Parts: sequence; structure tokens; C-alpha cells
Amino acid sequence: MTKQVVTLNRVVIRFAGDSGDGMQLTGDRFTSETAGLGNDLNTLPDFPAEIRAPAGTVPGVSAFQLAFADHIITTPGDAPNVLVAMNPAALKANLKDLPRGADLIVNTDEFTKRNLEKVGYLSNPLEDGTLEPFKVHAVALTSQTVEALKEFDLTKKEAERAKNMYALGLLSWLYSRPSEGTRAFLTSKFSAKPEILAANLAAFEAGWSFGETTESFSVQYEVAPAQMPSGKYRNITGNPALAYGLIAASELSGLKLFLGSYPITPASDILHELAKNHHFGVMTFQAEDEIAGIGSAIGAAYGGSLAVTTTSGPGVALKSEAIGLAVSLELPLIIVDVQRGGPSTGLPTKTEQSDLLQAMFGRNGESPVPIIAPQSPSDCFHAAIEAARIAVEYRTPVFLLSDGYLANGSEPWLVPDVADLPSIEPNFATEANHTDADGNPEFWPYLRDTETLARPWAVPGTKGLEHRIGGLEKADGSGDISYDPENHDRMVRLRQAKVDAIAATIPELDVDDPSGEAEILVLGWGSTYGPIGAAVEISRREGIKVAQAHLRHLNPFPRNLGEVIRSYRTVLVPEMNLGQLSMLLRAKYLVDVTGINQVRGMPFKSSELVDAIKASAGLPTADSVNENE
Amino acid sequence: MTDTFPALSLVPKSDVPLKAKDFKSDQEVRWCPGCGDYSILSNVQGFLPELGLARENIVFISGIGCSSRFPYYMNTFGMHSIHGRAPAIATGLAVTRPDLSIWVITGDGDALSIGGNHLIHALRRNVNLKILLFNNRIYGLTKGQYSPTSEQGKITKSTPEGSLDYAFNPVSLALGAEATFVARTIDSDRKHMTEVLSRAAAHEGSALVEIYQNCNIFNDGAWEPLKDNDSRDDVMMRLVDGEPIRFGKDGDKGVIRTEDGHIQVAEVAKVGENALIRHDSKAKDPGLAFALSRLSNPRTLENTPIGVFRDIDRASYDNLARQQIAEVIDKKGAGDLQSLISGRDTWTVN
Repeated sequence: MTKQVVTLNRVVIRFAGDSGDGMQLTGDRFTSETAGLGNDLNTLPDFPAEIRAPAGTVPGVSAFQLAFADHIITTPGDAPNVLVAMNPAALKANLKDLPRGADLIVNTDEFTKRNLEKVGYLSNPLEDGTLEPFKVHAVALTSQTVEALKEFDLTKKEAERAKNMYALGLLSWLYSRPSEGTRAFLTSKFSAKPEILAANLAAFEAGWSFGETTESFSVQYEVAPAQMPSGKYRNITGNPALAYGLIAASELSGLKLFLGSYPITPASDILHELAKNHHFGVMTFQAEDEIAGIGSAIGAAYGGSLAVTTTSGPGVALKSEAIGLAVSLELPLIIVDVQRGGPSTGLPTKTEQSDLLQAMFGRNGESPVPIIAPQSPSDCFHAAIEAARIAVEYRTPVFLLSDGYLANGSEPWLVPDVADLPSIEPNFATEANHTDADGNPEFWPYLRDTETLARPWAVPGTKGLEHRIGGLEKADGSGDISYDPENHDRMVRLRQAKVDAIAATIPELDVDDPSGEAEILVLGWGSTYGPIGAAVEISRREGIKVAQAHLRHLNPFPRNLGEVIRSYRTVLVPEMNLGQLSMLLRAKYLVDVTGINQVRGMPFKSSELVDAIKASAGLPTADSVNENE
Repeated sequence: MTDTFPALSLVPKSDVPLKAKDFKSDQEVRWCPGCGDYSILSNVQGFLPELGLARENIVFISGIGCSSRFPYYMNTFGMHSIHGRAPAIATGLAVTRPDLSIWVITGDGDALSIGGNHLIHALRRNVNLKILLFNNRIYGLTKGQYSPTSEQGKITKSTPEGSLDYAFNPVSLALGAEATFVARTIDSDRKHMTEVLSRAAAHEGSALVEIYQNCNIFNDGAWEPLKDNDSRDDVMMRLVDGEPIRFGKDGDKGVIRTEDGHIQVAEVAKVGENALIRHDSKAKDPGLAFALSRLSNPRTLENTPIGVFRDIDRASYDNLARQQIAEVIDKKGAGDLQSLISGRDTWTVN
């Protein structure tokens, strides 16, 4: 039957099911099809910390949200237009986010009495009117999948497992997605299991055909490609982008990449990605604990490698003493913290920005460490290169603060030309730099570069430069142990001055204010870039003059930051913490910024930021903003 | 001599013969007068020239404690790191720099208490490190608390009624951690220490050398029975490969295997020389080495073996890691950055 085709500008789909239902894979495949079509897109995986929580329960629900549009978008969307609920638990966990009138595709096979009871439904929401506000498409996904696969030599369980491909086929039809990529993906994934491959392909086809023929779906949608800068694109999530950035920094500096790491959510994928790329000469070392992870990295840095340790907040806490050692040794080291909900074990799979103050101050003594934060998944690539530049050229540990949202969220990425990337100069010490009292050349490991205040990096194996370094205070210049009070005061100030001096090499903060008349500035850092950008756009369309700026360097701050924030009546600082950047800004510049803070484990909704901007502008805030970025 | 040492084959040799004084740094040695560390320092400085290695390719890495000041006094590359972490730091250096001879200096508190985890993992991985564990059975730098090797009941500032902890035996621990080289020597016996260090240097992989060291301030005389001319030969047995394990003033004692498979010390006159076990550090099975490590009485130090307990061949972690990378490059070709970041799933916008 021919169906009406409706063109949309922007769609937000959320796939939700049991942890074992393959929702992340379904979301990934749909994303890949969408990227191939040329839509701009943004994704938000949301899964439980448990690998397989009890089946059919609310804690076991795994979801994947994807926004795609015919224009540039920066967020995965506040609320889905379409929810795919594979079981009652998925419905229960996600229904509150679904706006009136949204499409709801429900797998009716799972709405059994037992499954309903498991999640506390006293009556069946498919029948009791609960779903009246929505456009419900009741589909017997499981049984239709099994029916479609009855010719195959599969157990019922095996056939049922293909229901995510059936759902993917249906959604691919509904939004007119190209399916070649998914076919190619399945073919490569199941090349060793032809029967399973054929079944998955058949399930995908069956889902597609069902869409074409069923009366449950009367319209098919299209979303045209977005106008994006020309070039070659790929889709990318933050963790691989960060890993690629580290490999790139290794090539740009000519230094061998060494990763010392201990597995931790949500950072482990960086370890996995680097381990896949040993043919770049990358050495990955899975250490016995977090401390050994950074310890081995410090050893590799001492030997002249580009050394990295990757972790999340709890791991940073364990590494703190070693970070202090790196500050004292003044060796290049990158500490990647993929932030998650805290304190303690907290929310391992949820995002948060609450390690900023830990990165800034979480060590004994005066122990300054530069901090860089990427603002989007693909920006993790460039931020990693910048972290390496600062670490190597200033001989210092550097924090790279990613977060769970950046790590697992994805967006299209205009793939950079390697030839355009900046070079990094290790500038190893090769000869004596001082003369002793008798006029003989000698090597002083703490004789600093007058401009950068960086000390020489003399690696073992360099003849004539034998020297000893350590965590004890060192005499300025010679590096010998020194307990002299004046010397300690000078060394503390020198270490701080060296980090402060980095500001000379980072760009001034760029403020986006098309009107030039804004009195409100929204200032963010890290992964809030997307939601802030969307909220600022919406606010401007509603006539509010609002400026936006985003910090990549958290320590040191850009040179003009004080001047910028003093020039606005109101500075709004959205953060997924209780006001950590706000605290730093107030302390340093005595400007009373206004924090917008939440720690719900999810990115900001642009609507809540729009509300905050409106409130600052003295306008009434709508309960529901017409979000059409 | 190092030409024959597989562990050192990748380390550049010195152009000119070096002397002990070439390994002395310009730093004033600040251990307490009479400390056992002085003799260890002097022995190491005296022994290193024998290896014929380029001085700049030798690195000493330590943790925290009295012994961990050691690197400052060596005119090589060195790092005085943080408490307990030297094996982890040295591991990162060893896997990335096959051209270095790397020595870890640690103590009983540093290696066995705060750093216990790193020690056992370095040993089981068999990283190419030579770990010298100075055991004085006390915390010196923090002024006299009991350590993991202190005998149970030890009266110290932190244990006025006696310590309750059961002590670690470092040799047993290292053998349990599957170390491929485990030895014990004593600060006062220069010749023996030099022999042991030399065998440790020759070993590919981790070598743990426990050095009985006297802290004359907080635990003076801890090893006295092993040093005193009158008692020494009676309590200490020297393990020599291929030789019967025999000791005592007139060689009157030896180690035999009992009918139930255990080992014990017996009078040679009663059991006959042929009954004595011959030492074999190369034995694949660590059973004998472990049994020997259990013979000594931790309180009286009777029946204390010194020498090389175990010295077996197993590929070192760092060589395996480098080999793995080389094999991947061989198979896949050297990585191309542009194709890596482009991936396989791209589209073009015009």
C-alpha cells in the first residue's frame, strides 16, 4: 500500500528495553544509517551499571536516545517524539519523558500479567487508558519476529533474540533510512555464523515490510540531509575520539604512546581502543590498580614516552599522591578523567561534572595541574592533542576532564586532515646546561626555560646528564634535595607560575553575541556545550539578547576571562555539579556568577536552560518551551 | 661479562672501564653513622663496574624510607618516588626502555606493607627489574614502629605491649608470587652480596634480592646471630647450586628430606652425607625453594639460608609486550593515522 510521506525537520527517538534486548546495538545501527543519510545527529546512551539486572525490572532498562535533523543540532533532544518500549519496564521507566501526542511503539508480547506485576502495574496500561495521550502502535514484536524466522533452524529463544533487528527494520522504514549499512554490519558481525546472519537479516526485512503493510502506521517520515560544512564525515563517540587524539599527539610529537590504566566505567573504552591500535607502536599496560596505572605512566614519562593514565573520579582519588609526584618531578603526563556521578562509587554509568575541584585541588600541598575539558564527543580528539601539547611543552601533568555523556554520546565529525594538526616539540635535553665552580660543564635538571619555566627533560640513556629527581623539595636550578625555607617558597611559586604561564599560549575566550548588546552571558565548560548552545539559540529566537562562551581551559583560565565576565550584568554558569566552576570564578574574579546546577546523571535539557535565561531576562518562563532548535 | 647476560644484551656498554668512584654522586650520604645501608651502597658501587654498562643507561628507582634515599647517592639516573610505588614506576620505564638496566631499591615497609600489591604483581609478570629489598625489620625513617617483617610480639613505640601481626617472610612471599629469581644476602658479607647481585643482574625478568640490613638506631642487632663470628656458621646455611646443603661450625648439620616429603635439618653424623639435599635453584618446581625459605626460625634465626633460592627461565613481561607490538606491526603494517581517524564508515558532504 502507498503511504503518505511527511517531511520533518527534526526527530528524537528513544529505544528502550531490557539490558539484554540489544537496545544499544539497535541505537548504534540506527545512528549509523542516519549519519549515512547526511542528517546532523546527537546521541545519548543511558544504561544501568549492572551488566544484566534482573530481566524485566525497571533497574534493568537500557535506553538509547537519538536526535537527528535537517539542520545543525547540538543535543540529543530534551524529550523523545518516538518511544520504542520493548517491555513494561521500559514503558514505565520512560513514559514520564514522553510529551503528549508522541508516537509510542510497544512490544505487546511482553505485556503479560507477570511482567506487569514485576514493575508494579496493577492493570495493563495498553488497555486502561494510561496511554491515551499518545499515538500508540501496538506491535507483537516478539511473536512476529519468531513467526518471520520459523523457516530457520533456530530455537525459540534464538529467534526471539532477533527482535531488536525487527524493531530496527520497522523504524528504518518509518524514517526512510538507508539499510545497506546495517546489512553490511550484520554480514561482517556474523560472518562465522551464516544461520544467525540470515535470521537477523530476515528479521530486519520483516520489520521493514511490516511497516510498509500494516495499518498501524499510516504515514512514513523523511528528514532531509542537513546543510553541513563540506568534507568527509564519520560518526564518533567521545572515548574513541579521545584515544585517536592521544595516538595523533604521539605522532605529532614523535613520542611513543604509553597508557597505564586500570579498568573503570566509563573510561575503559579508551584502554580498549588504544589496545586495538598496537600497530601504532602504542603500548597499553593494564595495571594491578589505579596507583600502578599512573605509576607506570610516570615511569614511562621519565623514559621519554608520551605517558597517559585513564580513569574516572574514584580512580583519580587513588592516583592523587602520584599526581603530586608528577607535579614535583615536572614530567609530562596526561590524566584522563571520564567523570561520572559521585561521591564514592556513585553512579558509574551516569554523567556528571563534579570532579573539577578534585582535579584542581585534590592533592596535598600547593600542587597546580593544568585542566582541559572537551566540549563534544568529537572535540575529545582535539582536546587530547591540546592536553599533550601542554604536558610535553611545560613538563607537567595535565588533567583532561571528559564525562560519561561525552564518552558514550555521538555526533558526526568532519574528519580533520592530519596535515593540519599542530606539531608538538618534546625538545629533549641532550647536553650540559650549567658550569660548576671549577668551570666544568654539568647538568641541572631544574634549570628552567626562561619563557615557559619548563625544566629540561633529560631521559635515561643521555650521556653526561645523569641526575636524580624525586618527591622531596629540590633546590631551584640544581635539583639537589633542599630543605631551605626560602628555596621552598620560591619553588612553590615557580611551579604555580609555570602553570599560570600556559595562559600565554591559549586563545582568549571567544564570546558569541550576535546582537552585541547582550547583558546575559551563559558560560559553560565541558559537555554542557550542546545544551547551552541549543538553549541560547531558542532564547535568541524568542528575542532575548544573550551571549554564550565556553571554557576549554579550566586551569589556567584564558587571559581575558575576568574582563569578559565583569562586562555582563548576569553570568549564568550551568554545571552538572553544585557550582564548582562558579566557585572558582567567584574566588578568582570576585564576580557573583549565577549557578544553574543539577546532578541527575543526565545532560541538561535545553528547556531548563531556556527557563533560566528567561528568568534572568525578567521574562515569564513557560512550563514547556516549544523546543524546535 | 655482560655479553653473556641476556637480561642486559640490549643495554649499551661503557666506552671506558668504570670504577666504583664513577658511581658515587656528589651528594653527601645522610644515613645514620653505622647504618647497614652504607655497606650495601659501597657494595653496589663496587659491583656495578663489573657489568661494563654505560652509566647513563643504569637507573635506580626507590620508594620511601631510609633505604629509598639510595638513588641520590648513585651517579646514574635515578628517581626517589613515593611510598611503595617504585615497582609500578619501574615497570612503566622497563617496558618502554629495553636499553636500560633498572634497579628498584626498597625496604621491608615500602615493599611489603604499603607497596605489597605492586611487588607481587611485578614479580608474577616478571618485569625486567632487579629489586633490592633492604630488610631491617623496623620502620626507621618514621622512628621505630614495627614492620611487616618484625617478629610477632615486637615491642616498639606503636606496639608498647608487643606487636600482634604475624610476620611476612619476603622470600616465601616472592616465591608464592611466582617470582623467577629470589635470593637472600646480608649487608655484612661483601663477597656473598656481590655474587648474588651478579646473578640477579644476569637474570632476565624480575629478581628479588632480600638483603638483611642492620638498623643500628631502632633495631640494632636484628640479624646479629647471622653476623657474629661465634654463632654465624651454626645458624646460617649458604645455598650453593649442585652442592649438598650443609652448615654448622664443622659442617655438622645438613638438610634432608624426610620420609613424608618434608625437609628438615639433621646431624650429618647421624644421617650420612649422601642423605643431604643438593641445592638446585634452577629446579622447575618451586617446592624445595619454598621449603628452604620456611626452615628458619624467625625469632632465633636458626637455620637461615642465604643465597639464590630460585633462578628459572621465563620470558619477561617487557620483552613479551614489545614482541607483541612488533608482531602486530608485522601483521597489520605500521598504523596510518589518517585512515584510523577516518574509520570505515564515512560520508561526504559537498
